[in-house]
Amino acid sequence: MSDPESVTPDQAAAWDQGSTEAESNPEPELFFVSHESDQGEQASSERSVSIAKGSRIASAVPIQKAPGSDRYPVVIQRYEGAPMIRLQADDPLQRQGQVACSTCHSVRKPNLKNTVAQLDQFHQGFSFAHGQLTCYACHKAQQPDALRLADGQPVAYREVMSMCSQCHSQQAIAYQHGAHGGMNGFWDLSRGPQFKNNCVDCHDPHVPKYPSMKVQFKPHDRFLQTNDQSSDH
Amino acid sequence: MANSNSAQNTPASPELPVVNPTRRKAVKAGFATLGLAAFAAAISPLRSAAKQTSAQAFFQNHYRELSAEDKRKVIARLEAETKEKYGAEVHIADDRPIPGTKFVYAINLSVCNGNGNCVKACHEENNHDRATHQSYIRVLEMDKGSMELGNGDSEYQGVVPKDGKFYLPVQCQQCDEPPCVDVCPVKATWKEEDGIVVIDYNWCIGCRYCEAACPYHARRFNWKQPEIPAEEVNPDQSYLSNRIRPAGVVEKCTYCLHRTRRGKLPACLEACPTGARVFGNILDPESNIRWILENKRVYVLKEELGTKPAFFYYFD
Ligand code: HEC
Ligand code: HEC
Ligand code: HEC
Ligand code: HEC
Repeated sequence: MSDPESVTPDQAAAWDQGSTEAESNPEPELFFVSHESDQGEQASSERSVSIAKGSRIASAVPIQKAPGSDRYPVVIQRYEGAPMIRLQADDPLQRQGQVACSTCHSVRKPNLKNTVAQLDQFHQGFSFAHGQLTCYACHKAQQPDALRLADGQPVAYREVMSMCSQCHSQQAIAYQHGAHGGMNGFWDLSRGPQFKNNCVDCHDPHVPKYPSMKVQFKPHDRFLQTNDQSSDH
Repeated sequence: MANSNSAQNTPASPELPVVNPTRRKAVKAGFATLGLAAFAAAISPLRSAAKQTSAQAFFQNHYRELSAEDKRKVIARLEAETKEKYGAEVHIADDRPIPGTKFVYAINLSVCNGNGNCVKACHEENNHDRATHQSYIRVLEMDKGSMELGNGDSEYQGVVPKDGKFYLPVQCQQCDEPPCVDVCPVKATWKEEDGIVVIDYNWCIGCRYCEAACPYHARRFNWKQPEIPAEEVNPDQSYLSNRIRPAGVVEKCTYCLHRTRRGKLPACLEACPTGARVFGNILDPESNIRWILENKRVYVLKEELGTKPAFFYYFD
């Protein structure tokens, strides 16, 4: 997968050519799965494009056609850095307390046998429903701020999709061709870029089942008499 | 409303209206076109809508016969009318097909969960009437293992997906052999080079033959002037697409041609939280849609009718 490039809100707006200031939903309305890992102030400003319906969240480098190419890139949502643990108590300066996994796990010997049920010292209320996987099928035991691939090689959290794809190749291939995971922006890359969600935008790595949703909107056909299936006349 | 209910006789059966296109053609051939047009106009359920037509609109030519200058004037008039009626400043473009494109849509039914966000996005994007929640998309809740449209329920509610069900979004299939086009007595609807079946909403006489001819129930009659608060009007419009349609005409999905002919994805696709929808140019061998047609077992609705939809469904 090619490297993501980034986009500022202004540029994102500019691609929505034709849409004016009166664009109906200026609020970036992220898909309902929120990304819980907290990168802290600095890191989050470096996040690459975040796909929201119709609008995007920023970062630094402009998205442009690659040199010598007449096509805009397909930008995949990524999250920089390793997740952090947010501690309950804020410090006296009102800063949010955040610690890296390595803060504890570099001194704590990994317990390869630990299962969700046994996590009672620190990671409380942790829910897990991802097949029969053990924690260290994904987390790299010797490197607390990294994930691992099937061969045991470490892989950065940023590249989490290459890990998912090793076990879910069918979805990964479909994803590459737009048949899984969806997209936003342009179908015609000669006119503008396309944006795609990360696997973890839609699937919580620990409880990956796509959540149920509630139907919010229904046409009132009854009053139009065009597709009335319930009336008895 | 009550009045209009009695004025029409859509069968109350859950079966979508199926019309044998060849029979339709035969019926059409039996009349002189002009005669049929006059007849159709006379039985149009909203004859009174004609009263609302301005003299300019009445004398306006068919879209395909308008010169560039005429088009500019017509569009300026429509923009001014929108400003007057809705208080909204809109821009109506005249988006033409991109040479070398043929648009095709596909939906992954293994992924679609029936949440209906597409229905809502269409409602907003295409300036549909607010009160009736109008939209060009209906999602049918279907029993697993059956593709019988007639058994689908479009009024399901609550939490989705439900056990034993799958969800089938249906909208205009942009058929290559569109029965709706064949039956139009005034040629107010036609198929363009990129495959989109369009309607000249100023030329449509509202006879609803096309609505009855469509086996997918993708066309709908605009019973009343849509009501939309000024701040909710999508100002980014196109003449053949999402400009606010007058009452008394038939309307349908255009694959959001005001977006897709500018290279963008349709609104319903962008709104899909599950990523079930795929759209693209079938003539591009590198396109997603081409990959799907070559690698998935795809299904078209009511293939036996020979309508040749440009809309495909598949399961993983
Ligand atoms: C404040 C210290 C602390 C931090 C910070 C911390 N952990 Fe832990 N972690 C523990 C303790 C203690 C256990 C032992 C099990 C328990 O909670 O009862 C544990 C258990 C685990 C386990 C189960 C396997 C094992 O070795 O026991 C995994 C996997 C894990 N942590 C991952 C993480 C990740 C990933 C992060 C960073 C996002 C993190 N931890 C941050 C203290 C911490
Ligand atoms: C399928 C791979 C996978 C498995 C199995 C897995 N994790 Fe994770 N875990 C991840 C990924 C990916 C992230 C980063 C998520 C993100 O960026 O929000 C993560 C993040 C975390 C975090 C920090 C953020 C959070 O969600 O709380 C903790 C703590 C954690 N994992 C603990 C565990 C423990 C304990 C287990 C075993 C019970 C486990 N993980 C099993 C993939 C996995
Ligand atoms: C080590 C292999 C492995 C990795 C890595 C892995 N998975 Fe899985 N995943 C599985 C297994 C095994 C199942 C359970 C399959 C089953 O129950 O049939 C599963 C199930 C799932 C399911 C279906 C869940 C359900 O309840 O229906 C989803 C979605 C999923 N994984 C997504 C992911 C994502 C996203 C990632 C990356 C963060 C990932 N997986 C990483 C092995 C893996
Ligand atoms: C736009 C949201 C979205 C994204 C992004 C996404 N998925 Fe999914 N995925 C879904 C939905 C919705 C389903 C539910 C369909 C189902 O139950 O089969 C699903 C189902 C799955 C399943 C379970 C399939 C089954 O048969 O049960 C796996 C595995 C999976 N996804 C893996 C991935 C991987 C790997 C990625 C990243 C390459 C990914 N997904 C990206 C929405 C997404």
